[in-house]
Amino acid sequence: MAKSSQKSTKKKQQPWFWTSAVASIITRLVLIIYFPNTLNFSSRPEVSTPLTSIRRLAEGYWLKQSSMSPYAGSMYHGSPLLLSILGPLTVDRGEGQPSHLLFGLAFVIADFITAMLIRSIGQLLQITNSQSLKSLGAGRLSKISENFPSGDVAALVYLWNPLTIITCLGYSTSPIENLMIVLSLYGACMRLVPLAAFGWVIASHLSLYPVILVIPLVFLIGSGLDTPPRKLFVQQTYGDDQDELSSDTHREHKGTTNGTSNLINFSWRRVVLFFLWASACAFYVLVLCSISLKEFSGLGEMFKRTYGFILSVEDLSPNIGLLWYFFAEVFDFFRDFFLIVFHINILFMVLPLAIRLHHRPCFLAFVYIAISSVLKSYPSVGDSALYLGLLGLFVNALADMQFSFFLFSGYLGTLLLSPVMHNLWIWRGTGNANFYFATAMAYACFQIILVVESVSSMLNHDRALKQATTPVAKKVQ
Amino acid sequence: MARVLSIFALLVFVLHVASEHTGEVVEQLDGEEFTEELLFRPLPDRKVLSHFHFESKVPRTNSYGHHHRLFPKAIYQLVHKYRIREMELSFTQGRWNYESWGGFDPIASSNAKPPGVELWAVFDVPQDQVDASWKNLTHTLSGLFCASINFLESSTTYSAPDWSFRSLSGNLRYGSLPREAVCTENLTPWLKLLPCRDKAGLSSLMNRPSIYRGFYHSQRLHLTSGEFEPVASGHGITLEQTLTIVLQPDALETSAAFSSSRKLQPSWSMSSLFGRTVEGKCALAKSSSVYIQLEGSLVYNMKDTWNDIEGYEGEEVPYEGFGSNPNFGFSVSPDRMMKEVNRFHKDGSSILYGFSIKDYHSSKPFDLGFRWKLPVTWSCVKAPLRASRFLMGSGNEKGAIALSLQSTEWSESLPKADNNEERCRLRVDVFQVVPWYIKVYYHTAKIFVDGVPQPLGDVIERMHVSPSEDKVSPGVMETILRLPCDMKSASLTLEFDKGFLHIDEYPPDANQGFDIPSAIISFPDFQTCLQYTQDNTSIKSPMVSKMQEKRKILSYTEVLLVPLTTPDFSMPYNVITITCTVFALYFGSLLNALRRRAGEEERLLKSRDKNPGKLQLLLSKLSAKLRGRAWEPPSSSTSSSSSSSSSPKLISSKVITKIVLIAAIGFGWQYYYG
Repeated sequence: MAKSSQKSTKKKQQPWFWTSAVASIITRLVLIIYFPNTLNFSSRPEVSTPLTSIRRLAEGYWLKQSSMSPYAGSMYHGSPLLLSILGPLTVDRGEGQPSHLLFGLAFVIADFITAMLIRSIGQLLQITNSQSLKSLGAGRLSKISENFPSGDVAALVYLWNPLTIITCLGYSTSPIENLMIVLSLYGACMRLVPLAAFGWVIASHLSLYPVILVIPLVFLIGSGLDTPPRKLFVQQTYGDDQDELSSDTHREHKGTTNGTSNLINFSWRRVVLFFLWASACAFYVLVLCSISLKEFSGLGEMFKRTYGFILSVEDLSPNIGLLWYFFAEVFDFFRDFFLIVFHINILFMVLPLAIRLHHRPCFLAFVYIAISSVLKSYPSVGDSALYLGLLGLFVNALADMQFSFFLFSGYLGTLLLSPVMHNLWIWRGTGNANFYFATAMAYACFQIILVVESVSSMLNHDRALKQATTPVAKKVQ
Repeated sequence: MARVLSIFALLVFVLHVASEHTGEVVEQLDGEEFTEELLFRPLPDRKVLSHFHFESKVPRTNSYGHHHRLFPKAIYQLVHKYRIREMELSFTQGRWNYESWGGFDPIASSNAKPPGVELWAVFDVPQDQVDASWKNLTHTLSGLFCASINFLESSTTYSAPDWSFRSLSGNLRYGSLPREAVCTENLTPWLKLLPCRDKAGLSSLMNRPSIYRGFYHSQRLHLTSGEFEPVASGHGITLEQTLTIVLQPDALETSAAFSSSRKLQPSWSMSSLFGRTVEGKCALAKSSSVYIQLEGSLVYNMKDTWNDIEGYEGEEVPYEGFGSNPNFGFSVSPDRMMKEVNRFHKDGSSILYGFSIKDYHSSKPFDLGFRWKLPVTWSCVKAPLRASRFLMGSGNEKGAIALSLQSTEWSESLPKADNNEERCRLRVDVFQVVPWYIKVYYHTAKIFVDGVPQPLGDVIERMHVSPSEDKVSPGVMETILRLPCDMKSASLTLEFDKGFLHIDEYPPDANQGFDIPSAIISFPDFQTCLQYTQDNTSIKSPMVSKMQEKRKILSYTEVLLVPLTTPDFSMPYNVITITCTVFALYFGSLLNALRRRAGEEERLLKSRDKNPGKLQLLLSKLSAKLRGRAWEPPSSSTSSSSSSSSSPKLISSKVITKIVLIAAIGFGWQYYYG
């Protein structure tokens, strides 16, 4: 009954979804083709960071072509693999326009695939969610949640998010990083261990921060998708044991619904397999890198120029993060201390979050991505676009999140003010660095509030579930 | 035996004393030489170029020994300590005007220098020690010349050009400081290297106010040493010190006779230019002479005016009669005259008048005057292409450097002989050093010839780039361009991003901007050399022989001033505290959200209801009193009251343990670190 209703809703939703998805793609293509130079997003500090800038990639490729190490000089800080894939597209063939078109096309495709993967993650999440709710006997709640296809919502949020569109038009490489992150999540959700390992390795090779996603990926692979807290199921089974008559049938029922039994026994075999695949992938990637850097310099320089550059915040050009101005102003003898403190800040929250949200690995992944995109050394709006898209996945669970209007207007305000302040400071010289830094700080604050609010409302949601299910358990007793 | 020795010693002593008296002869014997020369040249824009040239030579140490009479000891030690093969240091103020002062003659290509300090040196040490030698050398020179040459120590300021700067390289290091202010404090140590300082000889002309009043002032020190060459036949150390000044003579007397379109060039004399006269030569100098050079085109134009006015038709121009020239006259009759030979363009040949100041002394000072009799206009021989460099773009985020090369009349009259084989191509070498905070995108290099973009492969014959590394090394670009001879203009553009520095890296006047050192444009296809016929071959002038050396034509472009964005210098504390507050907000609120448990909270609330704290009791009492009602103790069961009575004890024991713990930690700290 429920399944059929779900199917019917899907059928209803799909045409609407597809038209708007295609419309977003067409919008991008139109913007790329008809406004190649008027919308000069590629030089915006909000869009392209020293790590993702396409101009720097072109410079690295040029250096490589003229038989120098792409890391000679401090222009390029990305992966050598990206250089060999995207590099040939940067070469100006006479008129100059086609290269931009090719780029744009590549990034549009990356965006589209990311959106599709998010959508299927959302569908999986929804199915497991409804199943687990049903097994808890909270059918009332599951019905409500089915009204909102979170996968479609998330995919459309990702596709129509102006930040995603700007990133795509700015030709920064963050769509590819986003694609890899989502690919690894998708692989873990589908329990395609090699795919998850591949995505994770490539994503952390490209931008280091996705390394912390290993925890949610392990939870996903080991114990499956997001469910309500395990304690509830334990209570449920405990209640069932009391009721000796119906226990056997109930267990069989659970076995068929497949969600809950996997939850309880964490499958170490898959996790070990994941790590094996990951190390194989990492080895493969390193071999490829060393082949492409064979004539110039070893892997040591690559690590120094990519990970070292990320960790030791060498480039102090303005971006929407907090660290550039801080390290431009901080006294030199405190620099190392603050570097350690700021990076530790990301790592420090990993464990508490993992303990508290281990039953919701997808949400955990979202929180990690959001945290790292707030606190990373060279953030861009592309990172924000990814976590805002993923936020759409939990639209049902986070329905009663506080401050959502405040946050929306805050995001809008800071993102509109940021170019204005940048213009005042850099171009007109009438403003001051503090103006721009203030917007960056406000943006960071809004992101932090978003993360905190979403975490606490997810915990509240779990609490509400518990309250909704415990009377049932008591009744059974 | 002892007697023989003592007699020998006496003989040596006598000989030595004798040599003191007959200075010049012995100088030639023992090989140390010092010459002083001064060249004047009238410039087309009513200015006068004066070029001092002092040269000291010392033979090789292994044949001559360590002790010198004339050669400065500081330089000798410098050469030996750092094993310098060749070195040049220049202090310049003002910019050489390649348009009106010429760009083709030897003085322009070797003495026109970029503003500020330029230093390059070739070392005779293994490759891995070159940088260390360079660093030590910069410190030594900075002490020697009272200048901030030590800023060239940092690896962000110097570079190792591969091939474009000089053909022989490898151990060459090049650095320049465009913003170094040059003043008398740099000139005085430079003069100390001369045997007579500025007390006697030509250097006594260097009256500080008058030489620093000039339009261009370049003081240069060039050092070549053959000390470390394996072949014994190599020469010793040659120290060449030049001072090139462009001065404007005071044009007080204007002749009314030529009130028409053409104005008479201002006449000048040594005393009017410098405010001083030469009271005899420097006694230690081997030769001491003054020259006046008239450029080829000037001579050619004078010939014309001559023909116009007097209808002179003879082939031989009558400048042979020194004083009786109708165009100009000297106050002192020249001792000799040299005419340029074998000039490969037809404008006319340059003339050099020589004056010896051997016979002048304090009662009869030498004061050379030059007086124009007829107005004449001419133009200097320019470099094949006029090079200039400028910045494009606005704002403090990015920009572009453009190097523009424009053809001069010289290149228009290029030999078309090689037209038959292929298209005539003009070779231009570009050497450009850019500091690291100008992040140049070399892949954006574009070349326009006559405004039309050209594929890079057609124009660039060879290109070597070593990109800049943040806070480590500057970006160096060396390029060979092959430009078509018949082009009107060419330009090379490179885009760049402006870097953002740490507040400590900004200079005190950060808003003035940062200087990009001059680029060097050279034309290896052309060589400058002036061959003079010497009527009196016995007198060999080092300056004239320098002019006869073949060297490629160099020109320096402008120094660029790039304004960089500045952070707020006054706010480091605010930024640190506010950023840390944001981090604390993140950390605290997220941890709080994770820590909070609904069940526990509810329990806590319940227990709080059951046993209100002392403060709450007090507050309720107070409120009751204020309201004027009888206080009712909040309802609490007996069990809870007992627990509440036991709780203060518990708390106090906790507090005591805490205090003890802190005291123990403090004690331990004191014990170990106090």
